[in-house]
Amino acid sequence: MRRIISVLMENAPGALSRIVGVFSQRGFNVDSLCVAPTDDESLSRLTIITQGDDKVIEQITKQVNKLIDVLKIAELTEGPHIERELMLIKVGNKTELSRAEVKRNVDIFRARILDVNANNYTIEITGTSDKLCAFEDVMSQCGDIIESARTGVCGLARGDKALRP
Amino acid sequence: MKMMSGAAMVVEALKEVGVTHLFGYPGGAVLDIYDALHAQDDIKHVLVRHEQAAAHMADGYARATGKTGAVLVTSGPGATNTITGIATAFMDSIPMVILSGQVPSMHIGEDAFQECDMVGISRPVVKHSFLVKKAEDIPMAIAKAFYIANTGRPGPVVVDLPKDIVNVQDSHPYVFPDDVTMRSYNPTLKGHNKQIKKAVASMLKAQRPVLYVGGGAIVAEAGAYVTQLAELLQAPVCSTLMGLGAFSSVHPQFIGMLGMHGTLEANKTMHNSDCIIALGSRFDDRVTNNVDKFCPHADIIHVDIDPASISKIVNAHIPVVGSVDKVVLQMLDLLADADFANQEQKVADWWRQIEEWRSKKCLQFDQSSQVIKPQKVIQCLYEHTKGDAYVSSDVGQHQMFAALYYPFAKPRRWINSGGLGTMGFGLPAAMGVQFAYPDAVSVVVTGDGSIQMNIQELSTCLQYGLPIKIISLNNRALGMVRQWQDMNYKGRHSCSYMESMPDFVKLAEAYGHTGIKVDHLDELDDAMARCFATPGLVFMDIMVDQNEHVYPMQIKYGAMDDMRLSKKERT
Repeated sequence: MRRIISVLMENAPGALSRIVGVFSQRGFNVDSLCVAPTDDESLSRLTIITQGDDKVIEQITKQVNKLIDVLKIAELTEGPHIERELMLIKVGNKTELSRAEVKRNVDIFRARILDVNANNYTIEITGTSDKLCAFEDVMSQCGDIIESARTGVCGLARGDKALRP
Repeated sequence: MKMMSGAAMVVEALKEVGVTHLFGYPGGAVLDIYDALHAQDDIKHVLVRHEQAAAHMADGYARATGKTGAVLVTSGPGATNTITGIATAFMDSIPMVILSGQVPSMHIGEDAFQECDMVGISRPVVKHSFLVKKAEDIPMAIAKAFYIANTGRPGPVVVDLPKDIVNVQDSHPYVFPDDVTMRSYNPTLKGHNKQIKKAVASMLKAQRPVLYVGGGAIVAEAGAYVTQLAELLQAPVCSTLMGLGAFSSVHPQFIGMLGMHGTLEANKTMHNSDCIIALGSRFDDRVTNNVDKFCPHADIIHVDIDPASISKIVNAHIPVVGSVDKVVLQMLDLLADADFANQEQKVADWWRQIEEWRSKKCLQFDQSSQVIKPQKVIQCLYEHTKGDAYVSSDVGQHQMFAALYYPFAKPRRWINSGGLGTMGFGLPAAMGVQFAYPDAVSVVVTGDGSIQMNIQELSTCLQYGLPIKIISLNNRALGMVRQWQDMNYKGRHSCSYMESMPDFVKLAEAYGHTGIKVDHLDELDDAMARCFATPGLVFMDIMVDQNEHVYPMQIKYGAMDDMRLSKKERT
């Protein structure tokens, strides 16, 4: 089962490698990982997508929480939450028809074209991972995907719930 | 504000946190620190012969005293040589701080001479680590390292010190922090009241309770409370390999070590219990055997300071996060109002059953010939030390024999590598014990395989005049490997025999010590007496039965109490 785990940790050197280390040492999966400083620059927020049953997730949560640099940890998929991922995708289109098709789908998906070139568009799209995958599919049908980069998922709980120190 | 060099700061900060002994080995990257050490007498530096042994010595010192062991090594190979020692301490939750030299900051990442990413290479086996980047940060890093190492679930902490920040020429302001609390690190010590109530209710309901005591009870110095709880409930007590001594092994309620080589009565009691009170134990695979068949009738109360240990292997019905001493005291407070008038009657059937298992005398062995049985040696050692020695052990058959045949009445007397199972641990650990308690009897129980893994430390023993008694059970083979080969590989002894064993007596003498060889049973008692009457280090090379196996032994994939009792007999 897909889970989103959100971690609040000290923005300290080595903190990230320790968390990644726990995953590899204990044989847990990482599907995606997204990390950046928060509004409080001394803290980083890390969002991990992983797979596992309740027992595995309990162990992941406990083992990560045990790290000295980790302040708080929560599983977002436990309750109502919002999640977003950003993708940059470069799509090649040789014909006028294909250019128009790509442009039309960009509008439908509420994506944005960031860079235009004689042979390709570079497009930005934000949404759930599913939406990004669907867009990727469509793009592969109406043009040639040259390359793409995804940020990995980040998310927050809905309502008043928050991870604060 | 005092001004001093980074190297002087290291030494000052170590004094501040109460370090008395520093086990180490000098080298390029730490020469400045060694220079600062030279100028003082408060901290005794112990020069080892191999850095792995430095870590084990600090470990033995920590296990015997409860204080944090301290290690100082140089960069590169000095640091990597400590890894086995760090991992040993990590697996057994032993407080230790390892100061490692590092190449100068500007050369980190350049594959400089004796460079190694110590923080990286040690990461999976430390509780935490610091790479110090500024001299001013040294006191805080050392203060935090010692705080982290010996609070919560203890463990090793690495402090990596680049050479440029410790050089003796520069001077920096030295401020030792008053407070090292960290917002991200607050171990839970007291148990949750609701959980304690549930646990107590379960204990009071139980007809067949058992206490399963682990190393956490020793770390928390909880022995007295655990004993009170056991006596109140009139419950049998078994112990893990790491917990031996927390509850006295000579107490009538003690039913022995449990697990793979546990006693029949301990494993039977666990399997048939209706309420297991696990105190600072972690349901290790060497205890549980097949988890699916583990203790099917019991309510499991699991007390542990590390939440990640709870329900990791076996699901706990009543988890209690907290330090064993605090939690058991909370339990005792609640039990103060309970009525125990009928307790004896309540557990009478249970004890009748346990006595029946006990009467099988699963630790009996046949000592009818002149060939010395290893068990006999341990019994003889127990008599000659009146059960009051610090016994450090290596890893293998001799370790199990020592755990089973030397009852420990006090905590911190049994020093062994339980989790990692590190051969070569025993001698340096016993040295750490002897440094901590110069007047105590520090014994190593070892074998001909294990002792050769850190034998170079005999030289260190001579330098510091350590009167350690080495009891080597020499079976001319790697006994435990051989036992498994006998049992699981149809007796094919692949590479478990050493064909070029040294003359250990001469070896001991070459290092400046006394060696005594014992070949036959009728020499054993006198030789043991001579060993303890001889001043200084004595190496006892005792020829024991090569074909002896450690029994009882759990049968693979079975329940806890599926055991072999001898080569021919099983449950």
